[in-house]
Amino acid sequence: MKTNILKNKKISNIVGPLIALIVLSLLLTIITDQFFKANNLLNILRQASINALVSFGMLFVLLTGGIDLSVGATIACSGCMMGIMIKAGIDNTFLLLLVGLLCGAVIGLVNGLLFTKLDLPHPFVSTLGTQLVIRGFCLWLTGSASMSGFSEGVMFLGYASVGGFPVCFLLVIIVAIVASVFLNKTAFGRYIYSIGGNREAARLSGIKVKPLLNLTYILSGVLAALAGIVMIGRVSLAYPNAGDGYEMNAIAACVIGGASFNGGRGSVGGTLVGALIIAVLNNGLNLLGAKTDIQNMILGLVVILAVFVDVIRGKQEEKARRLAQARQ
Amino acid sequence: MKEHETAVELRDIIKNFPGVRALDGVSLTLKKGEVHGLIGENGAGKSTLIKTLTGVHKPDQGKILCEGQEVVFSGPLDAKKKGIACVYQELNIVAELNATDNMFMGNMKKKGNSFFLDYGYMNRKTKEVMKSMNQEIDLTKICGNMGMGQLQMIEIGKSILQEAKVLILDEPTSSLGEQETKELFKTVNLLKEQGMAILFVSHKLEEIFELCDVVTVMRDGKHVVTMDTDKMTQDDLITYMVGRSLSNLYPKVEVPKGDVAMEVKHLSRKGVYNDVTFSVRKGEVLGFAGLVGAGRTEVFRGIFAADPVDSGEVYINGKQCRIKSPGDAIKNKIAFLTEDRKGQGLVLDEPISKNIAMVNMLNLQKGLFVDDRKLKEQAENTVKKLKIKTESIEKKSGDLSGGNQQKVVIGKWINTDAEIFVFDEPTRGIDVGAKIEVYNIINDLVKEGKAVVMISSELPEILGMCDRVVVMRSGRITGEIDRKSEDFNQESIMRAAWEV
Repeated sequence: MKTNILKNKKISNIVGPLIALIVLSLLLTIITDQFFKANNLLNILRQASINALVSFGMLFVLLTGGIDLSVGATIACSGCMMGIMIKAGIDNTFLLLLVGLLCGAVIGLVNGLLFTKLDLPHPFVSTLGTQLVIRGFCLWLTGSASMSGFSEGVMFLGYASVGGFPVCFLLVIIVAIVASVFLNKTAFGRYIYSIGGNREAARLSGIKVKPLLNLTYILSGVLAALAGIVMIGRVSLAYPNAGDGYEMNAIAACVIGGASFNGGRGSVGGTLVGALIIAVLNNGLNLLGAKTDIQNMILGLVVILAVFVDVIRGKQEEKARRLAQARQ
Repeated sequence: MKEHETAVELRDIIKNFPGVRALDGVSLTLKKGEVHGLIGENGAGKSTLIKTLTGVHKPDQGKILCEGQEVVFSGPLDAKKKGIACVYQELNIVAELNATDNMFMGNMKKKGNSFFLDYGYMNRKTKEVMKSMNQEIDLTKICGNMGMGQLQMIEIGKSILQEAKVLILDEPTSSLGEQETKELFKTVNLLKEQGMAILFVSHKLEEIFELCDVVTVMRDGKHVVTMDTDKMTQDDLITYMVGRSLSNLYPKVEVPKGDVAMEVKHLSRKGVYNDVTFSVRKGEVLGFAGLVGAGRTEVFRGIFAADPVDSGEVYINGKQCRIKSPGDAIKNKIAFLTEDRKGQGLVLDEPISKNIAMVNMLNLQKGLFVDDRKLKEQAENTVKKLKIKTESIEKKSGDLSGGNQQKVVIGKWINTDAEIFVFDEPTRGIDVGAKIEVYNIINDLVKEGKAVVMISSELPEILGMCDRVVVMRSGRITGEIDRKSEDFNQESIMRAAWEV
């Protein structure tokens, strides 16, 4: 009985975004002919993949009450590092992928240390700084040129499909399951929520707060790098301006999926639904002939709407709590 | 004494919330020039009553009369206009601003009809108001650098500025030290002489008797009794509050003392505390008394490695320990129950079960994953053992009353293998019934041979529960008194705490 309440509560946090996704899809099925076609739907999954991966990383950071604005630049950086290696004649697939992911991990570690070791205030500012540094570094490293010539192995994650189903979305599903199990089933995952809920209480309970905070930024960096690898497979190119503005899409996906900016609240499932909503929205607007300008405006409004819904939900919870307290 | 005029009257107020009657026919009369105490356990309906007076809640039945005239408050502003002001426990002070800005917040005085603010007038008025309460105020100081006592004065000043006739003080002393409390009482008495009607809500019985002329006791949303304080005893008051008589507020048990559990030598942190040396035995309750700011909490934050320490040694069971992080302290079997439950003890958004498992979650793992069955079992057992009042272990800890929140914090630690329990103000802001339950938990701990340190600003509690008391003043230990000594009394402790 009691477990049911808990489960229902967890599910109920995803229900809102899920209904929105379904309604949006139904609407698009009715008003366009092309939307509900296998090809188009698979295309949407492909389009959602990169953002979903970045969003999962962003979620870890948001759960602790932080933010990572450098993920877009990290996408470019991991790609550019790999591109430079190809140029230098190193084409071992395993080595390339390793360096790409490692690049993300290092950036994440720097972001983490800036926050935990130097005690810079909110990571909004420090990761904005690293974003500029990384983007500048990519331009300098590549001389502003794009690079190609990646091996089949590197591109596999981005373009391949199994029985018509895109591998990149399989990857998203695997990462989602692992991330969700980590956050919900392991002690360290649950500590991440506690840190977001009350950092001082977590520290005084003996939780190693700083290493865990570093870990969330490393995860954010690695997942952004992974998204960068998927992107190379999709466009066959690595270029220094790749992933520009992707941090905003990732934040949007998390927020639409019910994550709170104050930390302590959010789920992998919700974030995945959030990323899908954004992809469906963009796809639908494309089919309706709307260009990027309109798409951006509508995406912006959806984000505001999501936060607004969240605020209303918070107020209702608050009210329910007050009544419960009065009943005591 | 002359008969006082009525300032405001509540008559047969009924207020329902879905599924519960929060106020059940409560009447209350506040008279000018009188301090009226309001006391009752948590959930007795005090908050609802205050909110009815301040226009936050609309009563379902009953009347509110201001100076004999019936009024209906459609919101807090209406009540304010009628001269009813309330200083809540959580102060409405912006730390970055000075006294004037805070006092005139939302009510800034402009020069004539211009957009420019008349700081000359506002500063003068601020000083004037503070002076009327016998307070000096430094307008160059921001409020963040002032003590709680002074901030409260500013809040009260705000009410005076708005020409309040009725002042409600909601547990004003819960965050004040002895000295500040005295100051506050002086001010309250001053306002009373000026004809203000004051409603004083408190959990502390001594204060009710010291300050109030009349006291009203509430229980379960009902009015129990209103009586002159000089016509009743503390025992009467407790009996009215809990509805049964409590033989003893402090159910102290003495157990044979064992070996020294923890010894601290020459612990220092520059500018905070200096050369602190003491020890605590197994089976002993060691009290730490002193004024707020004497450095008691800081010493234990240092031992627990919540803050850095400059020098000094800590021995656990005779062995020297290097404690570098709270994690190390926990490994050395120290439990630290912070004074600020909400800020440092609990994750309010998370369920009781998870809060209880916060310290020992790594021990509840089965392989890589947390064993939820064990986690729940632990929570259920703890709720039962500590008598935490909740319908479910999945309830958010933020939704519990203060006393039950404190028990969750205790629950966090009794499931560890801690041998030394440091309680920092364990009964602050919780009601009498819950207090006694906390004392009983402390008794159980010493019976199991644990060592207990209790930091408390309430002397009766120190005297009631401790085997020995260490007194601190400005970062130094200035006294140590054994329960068996004839100096084990309020006067000796106060002398050591103030010592001029």
